[in-house]
Amino acid sequence: MFAYYLDLALRSLKRSPGLTALMVLAIGFGVAASMTSWSVFRAVSGDPIPWKSASLFVPQIDNWGPNGRNPDGDPPNAMDYADATALMRDHRAKLQSAMYQISPSVVPADAAKHPINVSGEAVYSEFFPMLDVPFQYGSGWSASDDENRAQVVVISDKLNQKLFGGANSVGRNASIEGRQYRVVGVLKDWNPQPRFYDVVNSGGFDSGVKDVFLPFLTAIQANLQNDGNTNCNAVPKEPGFVGLQHSECVWIAYMAELDSASAVTAYRDYLQGYARAQQQAGRFGWAPNNRLRDLRAWLDNQHVVPSDTKVSLLVALGLLLVCLVNTIGLLLAKFLRRSSEIGVRRALGAPRKAIYLQFLTEAGMVGAAGGVLGLLLTCAGVASVGWVMPKDIADLARLDVSLLVLTLLVAVVATMLAGLYPTYRASRVQPAWQLKSN
Amino acid sequence: MQIKPILAALRRHRLATLLIAVEIALACAVLCNACFLVARRWTMIQINSGVDESSLAVLTVNGFDPKLSADVNARMLTGLRAIPGVQSATLISEVPFGPQTGAAGVTHEPGDFKNLIGVVDFVLAGPGTFKALGLKLVEGRLPQPDDYRPATSFLPDYAQVLVTRQWAEHAWPGENPLGKSFWCDKMHFRVMGVVDHYARAQPGQYDLGQGEWTVFTPVVPGGSLSGTYLLRARPQDVQRVLQAARAAVQKIAPDVVLDQDNSKTLNDLRANYFKSDRIMIGLLLGVVVLMLGVTALGIVGLTSFWVAQRRKQIGIRRAIGATRGDILRYFQTENFLIVTFGIALGMLLAFGLNAVLMRFYELPHLPLPYLPVGALALWGLGQLAVLGPALRAAAVPPVVATRSV
Repeated sequence: MFAYYLDLALRSLKRSPGLTALMVLAIGFGVAASMTSWSVFRAVSGDPIPWKSASLFVPQIDNWGPNGRNPDGDPPNAMDYADATALMRDHRAKLQSAMYQISPSVVPADAAKHPINVSGEAVYSEFFPMLDVPFQYGSGWSASDDENRAQVVVISDKLNQKLFGGANSVGRNASIEGRQYRVVGVLKDWNPQPRFYDVVNSGGFDSGVKDVFLPFLTAIQANLQNDGNTNCNAVPKEPGFVGLQHSECVWIAYMAELDSASAVTAYRDYLQGYARAQQQAGRFGWAPNNRLRDLRAWLDNQHVVPSDTKVSLLVALGLLLVCLVNTIGLLLAKFLRRSSEIGVRRALGAPRKAIYLQFLTEAGMVGAAGGVLGLLLTCAGVASVGWVMPKDIADLARLDVSLLVLTLLVAVVATMLAGLYPTYRASRVQPAWQLKSN
Repeated sequence: MQIKPILAALRRHRLATLLIAVEIALACAVLCNACFLVARRWTMIQINSGVDESSLAVLTVNGFDPKLSADVNARMLTGLRAIPGVQSATLISEVPFGPQTGAAGVTHEPGDFKNLIGVVDFVLAGPGTFKALGLKLVEGRLPQPDDYRPATSFLPDYAQVLVTRQWAEHAWPGENPLGKSFWCDKMHFRVMGVVDHYARAQPGQYDLGQGEWTVFTPVVPGGSLSGTYLLRARPQDVQRVLQAARAAVQKIAPDVVLDQDNSKTLNDLRANYFKSDRIMIGLLLGVVVLMLGVTALGIVGLTSFWVAQRRKQIGIRRAIGATRGDILRYFQTENFLIVTFGIALGMLLAFGLNAVLMRFYELPHLPLPYLPVGALALWGLGQLAVLGPALRAAAVPPVVATRSV
């Protein structure tokens, strides 16, 4: 019987190819437009480390007081040197790292080559296990290397290619800002976007790759200046990089891993106690005003997602709605027109159920065809994102399969519902009436 | 035209009428908001940088010891000026659409951190830079040789500066800005001149009316004013001169590193800076056009259906004396009524949507003029879409009334 209904539906759709094409196109475009912008949206708001983002936390300490807070009462979004190193010393989280951005020049061993300017990060040893950083060769350095200000470095796959031709360079020396550092690890291709561990400096997105990772205290000792943002509420009393370290200027990012709710509470209490101690010591003239956000809340708080993509998503959703409403209207028109046909079938003895089945088949076919077209257009759309969007965003634009399935389902169900109502109306009418009125 | 019979007919097609109205309402809401977003973006990318973009290029080098900056500057400037086609090579800290180097909150009183007038870009510039940029002075005077002051930290402790008209009007509304003072912590700045337009480095990061909050600060080269060089050449030479300059860096100063990303012509910098805005405008316009097209087709489809359904009634009306014009106007009026209903619904929706956008995405209020414009567009669209089916309806001959089937 179903095959017969399929055949009937095909015949009926063929009778008005224009209208059918219109309905299918409307659904297809609606699905494709909303899915394409959704994938772009996800690309920029996507969780960069989904398996761990709930246990990564960013603490903020109010070292500026009421005048330095933003309108929401939030303290500065980075730390000064004193607080960052104190938190590292206390070491209260399972894993933690302070970090700041550096931009040293690297001199290749081959003297004929020009020195290259690279972007990097000064971090603590726990940075690597905390963020599950993948290594190609070797590993990160040890906690004692942190303490001893060891001359070690972790380099990117790209820099390893440039300096050592891609060979296993662990144990070899790299010349960075005029000093020799021993390579302890080479990363695999690792460039998470958004650059979640250092949102304040990258604005979340940065097409460049971090090429060198040096121990934090080593970098401080080597006088490697901060290459990221520095925010001050007062001019540092002493000049230079040392002056910056002694000032209340904020320029250091901080992240901690806390695995359980009790650990989070304990850490919150610890921060409270730290700020209170600073208040008692006379450094802070105000009550503790700390923040401890998990990674997702932090990214949201720092407006890492460009508002554009959200708005374009809304616009695309609007388009999907318009297309669906449009299809419903057209199906309604098409089906209501066929009350006489229903009358004939009913008069010949078809039960209501059979009528419903026939029309749902037809509506379902329109919905499915629209869905398939939508699927194809979405694939084309997502593939062409790289062609129109900036590379850093386009690289991340991937199709969300579960959402796509949901949209297709919505499209098909909406068309079937649209088919149901006129069928209901037509099948209510007495067959005799329908036949007579013709 | 009698409206009553139309309303009576519509009442019999409540669902279809409602669907068209809802479609129009959605279209109206999306149209108003999308056009608003496009207009804002368009205003942004049209920003007047105030400088002769097509004649300028910027060259950035780094990786040298800050102590050697005076020496590097001297070598670079001499070397760059020797390149054929270079009209001038001067020092600047940042250019419009390049990386931002110095933005700071300023106040009317020294050492004040609470009552900010706003956050401005301080552009440090060496001798000759003002002329090279091609800025237009509207009031006051140009920097004289003794106006160039040494910058102790990033900024000099005291400097006579030039500000933009936009900043002057914000900081001292209705007053003559010449001679006025403002402060960045303990550093004192006095306005000696006003320029017509001068965009800050990253205007897109600020509100629309803050893109030109720029302070032109004459500074003695060296220290924080080093490594970034402004090249001026004839527009047709700029690209070639920049290429030559990039190639020459290695010979002029083998000890510095050329910053590839930040050595570009200003035209390229601008095109690059607004790339995503242009994409966004295209995307939004594309969606709007697609949506209007779908809406129009929907109207065509439904009205065609109605016309087919009412062939007999139309025939009867024609037979008892209605003219073709009457029939045509009937369908046009009907469409007008439905669209009007949809627009009324859409206005509410548009404001609702805007309120949501405002709350979450820091957008300003939807200006009222967008609503009548959106309404006019949809009325026009509706009339255009209904014309075809309505003409077909008007062509129904009276004889249809007499046929039984």
